[in-house]
Amino acid sequence: MVFFSQMLINGIVVGSIYGLVALGFVLIYRASGALNMANGEFVIIGPYVCLVLITAYDIPFFIALLITLVFSAILGLVVERLVVRPLQNAPVISVIMATIGLSSLLAGAVHMIWGHQTRVFPPIFPPTPVQIGGVIITPVYLWSFIVVIALLILFSLFFKFSKMGIAMRAVADDRTAASSMGISVKYVYAATWTIAAVVAAIGGVLLGNINGVSPSMAAIGLTVLPVVILGGLDSVFGAIVGGFIIGICQNLAGGYLDPLVGGGLKDVVPFIIVLLILMVKPHGLFGSRGIERV
Amino acid sequence: MLQVNNVEAVYSKIILALKGMSLHVPEGKIVALLGSNGAGKSTTLKAISGLLSGDGGQITDGTIEFQGKKINGITPDVLVKNGIFLSIEGRRVFKDLTVEENLIAGAYTRKDRSNIKGDIEKIYEYFPKLRALAPRKAGFLSGGEQQMLAIGRGIMAKPKLLLLDEPSLGIAPLLVKEIFQNIKKINQEEGTSILVVEQNANVALSIADYGYIMESGRVVMQGDPVTLLSDKDISEHYLGIGKEGEKNYKEGKIFRRRQRIVW
Repeated sequence: MVFFSQMLINGIVVGSIYGLVALGFVLIYRASGALNMANGEFVIIGPYVCLVLITAYDIPFFIALLITLVFSAILGLVVERLVVRPLQNAPVISVIMATIGLSSLLAGAVHMIWGHQTRVFPPIFPPTPVQIGGVIITPVYLWSFIVVIALLILFSLFFKFSKMGIAMRAVADDRTAASSMGISVKYVYAATWTIAAVVAAIGGVLLGNINGVSPSMAAIGLTVLPVVILGGLDSVFGAIVGGFIIGICQNLAGGYLDPLVGGGLKDVVPFIIVLLILMVKPHGLFGSRGIERV
Repeated sequence: MLQVNNVEAVYSKIILALKGMSLHVPEGKIVALLGSNGAGKSTTLKAISGLLSGDGGQITDGTIEFQGKKINGITPDVLVKNGIFLSIEGRRVFKDLTVEENLIAGAYTRKDRSNIKGDIEKIYEYFPKLRALAPRKAGFLSGGEQQMLAIGRGIMAKPKLLLLDEPSLGIAPLLVKEIFQNIKKINQEEGTSILVVEQNANVALSIADYGYIMESGRVVMQGDPVTLLSDKDISEHYLGIGKEGEKNYKEGKIFRRRQRIVW
């Protein structure tokens, strides 16, 4: 039972980070209908930058994190300006292909600059684990969870009530109508990519604190794909729920089934779930089929 | 207030949609722009509101002036701030946003954010049906309710000139009347100048101060509603009002010939 709870909690924490990264993915999909295949690279660049700031320049963690977020925001803006905007009137598939190219480029850059060894963050959170009913939770996990939940609440409020949030949803809904309303589509796109890059960086830093930083972390870009397909590509809420489900299933499968089959199942399970969900509910759990009433 | 002078517009650089289109909307008046499908009515509205480039079109000749200033080539977000708002054809409400959020989105360019709540109330007074539907997703509204929302969204931007593209499209005749009465009321109470494009000539001319009739990219007739409606040729050939039944081919041909001489 303790083992089960342990796996469950690990799953919830990792899943919450998946949800956060998937949020950026969903935002871009909703705004432009394109999949951002470079999302995984957005996730790894953040923690590398943060790590360099901490280890090489001795900057305290929170300041380093802030600088990292600013850096990521700029990265998102630059990508939008240089890669996405020139393709604004091009077919969606061109944008997707461009992000695949971008992902190779960024992955190559990460390898060139930082090499391929795993690096670890200096301990930031207190190392003494918290015990809840026999289940051991390390503070990194606890804090990651709190940060993610706080961010998710913040974003839901942003989309529901802020002027920019409503404008972003309006553009996602009907681009032409939104621009007839005086909403600058360019501005909204730039904001979307900025937010996506920033949440990816936060997710990356949290994951980096848990597992260490290595280029292979970019695989989360691939894991997030099952998350969003499960939750529904255009649903922010779905991304979060999907993140939890995939995270939990992955960890439970890793804990119970991996020893039976000799390992590796952890990485396969999300895709098995995707296959199942595509057969039963191709729009995902919360994806819209599109309201049609004319 | 709005002056369109000899505007020529093309789509995809080859399809000539406007061939010297001119019209004038005086301050505080309602002007109706009528004509059959493909006459260039919607293109005219898009040209005025700067949305032409989004459809791969451009203005190649002529000028559009708003309050004495030339506005061709200005982007839609700047034009909305300057007071021109186009409620585009087919309602196009934001389906996944609630009715209230749609109205808030309409007020996007406004600086006086604190007055928005009060203005939403005002929209609900014009269209009482919307009040009860406020928390509902706009995609679930009926066609008529969506049209009310689309017009309400336009008023939320507090435009000086409101452009309406076929507000009667796909709506029951009785509701069309109600919507047009509301348009008139908005014009009188808010002082908004309105340029309305319509296929339904009767209902549009019933509220308009002046009317233009378009054919293949330019204005072929104009006048105040009484003149337009009383002219037999116009009501038969352009507005589809008047003598019912088959028009014979010869009659049509004679009319075309006469028209060529006149215009």
